[in-house]
Amino acid sequence: MERMNASLRRIPVWLIYMLGALPPLVWLWMGATGQLGVDPAKALEHKLGELALQAMILGLAVTPMKRLLGLNLMKFRRAIGVLAFYYVSCHLLVWLVLDVQIPAQIWADILKRPYITIGMAGFVLLLPLAVTSNNWSVRRLGRTWRLLHRLVYAAVLLGAVHFLMLVKGFQIEPLIYLGLVLILFAVRLPVARRRLAF
Amino acid sequence: MAHRWSNDLTPADVTPRGAWMNRRQLMAGMTGAGLVALAGGARAETLEPNTWEEITSYNNFYEFGTGKDDPAAYAHLLKTEPWSVKIDGMVDRPGDYDFQDILSEMTIEERIYRFRCVEAWSMVIPWNGFELADLLAMAGVQEGAKYVAFETLYRPEEMPGTRYPVLEWPYREGLRLDEAMHPLTLMATGLYGKPLPNQNGAPLRLVVPWKYGFKSIKSIVRITLTDKEPPTSWNMAIPNEYGFYSNVNPEVNHPRWSQASERRIGGGLFAKRQPTLMFNGYEKEVADLYEGMDLEKYF
Repeated sequence: MERMNASLRRIPVWLIYMLGALPPLVWLWMGATGQLGVDPAKALEHKLGELALQAMILGLAVTPMKRLLGLNLMKFRRAIGVLAFYYVSCHLLVWLVLDVQIPAQIWADILKRPYITIGMAGFVLLLPLAVTSNNWSVRRLGRTWRLLHRLVYAAVLLGAVHFLMLVKGFQIEPLIYLGLVLILFAVRLPVARRRLAF
Repeated sequence: MAHRWSNDLTPADVTPRGAWMNRRQLMAGMTGAGLVALAGGARAETLEPNTWEEITSYNNFYEFGTGKDDPAAYAHLLKTEPWSVKIDGMVDRPGDYDFQDILSEMTIEERIYRFRCVEAWSMVIPWNGFELADLLAMAGVQEGAKYVAFETLYRPEEMPGTRYPVLEWPYREGLRLDEAMHPLTLMATGLYGKPLPNQNGAPLRLVVPWKYGFKSIKSIVRITLTDKEPPTSWNMAIPNEYGFYSNVNPEVNHPRWSQASERRIGGGLFAKRQPTLMFNGYEKEVADLYEGMDLEKYF
């Protein structure tokens, strides 16, 4: 694990940003050139949403992975969070511009359709976190910064519930995501921390 | 039948546009919807039937999985020969009807219909098939029958999607008898003049073009005439979202998807959404079936 952490430390953060920025662009190109199936707007929207959820879950896993497995990704945690926000923004943008398109319908959807209301709420919660994801804000806000960034728990939970609500019938995949989120919450509880000794 | 349905979407819609385009634009303008009039050119284009590839690669057939590409990937496991349809309930001649025997009695015709999914996407599909009314006449509908219930095959070893309780299997659908007898209501057996691919509901499926796609039940093995409204799968699963009638209606709100407009499959990534038409564009033909009914209540 030590060697693994040592090699991880050698990866520059900017490389993570560069690589992380690619998937939405590649998928956009694939969608535009007919490589995402016959309903490319929906395919792009779903791929981005799922990637956003995966990135948020990875971000949430950084601390437990360090404490339980000794795997240190702390250096990349901010990049993971910022990329997750970027994916959520792309997901939202595809929904607005390529899927729903019609402004009156967009607003009606946000108000009337619970899974969209919940998804939007999750995005809004991420906004202050994205704005304060710089060193200056961390210094400036001090203790408040840590408190503020606990909003991420609510945002991830809303994201997972948003996915669960939008599928039709009883489906396994969104339950797996929600389960992962809940596990990552549970290991942070004082009881679990005592039991797992970290 | 007193009056047989004739298409307003014809193979001419597939041929190079030109003169057709102007006529379509004019018709689009006459519908009075401002959006349609503005997007006149786009509308003319979208009346072309979808390609074989589109119709057979993007399907909802949860018995083979919930992904849109699952049916195309797994439906080959389904054995459609031999196939028989049990017709029972309030009929004069109940029994197991062999699919080939049914075919030999029926005249197959082409019907180009709009197809609108409740998920707010749509296609234009050139079906081959016969009127359900003709099949019901074969079995002899008894006096007092008011509804028709349908069941999809449930054969877990050939249907990997049924391993999960996505819905209560087998899939069930139903129509009121007058809807079932309507000349637009089709039993489809083919696409583009070829036998129906398994992912599209081989060998025999219902097509009710003025209702959301999930009403058009696939791979039918049982048809029951009854005097009570039969239970239907999506209504059983989520009754506040899926009603028994499920007529395409841009004005009736749905908790999950706005039904006011739709994405026509085949337009690519930047395709414009189109307004959804009342009864999916078949208002003239079917509105009288629902005269005096509150369509908000009977959604």
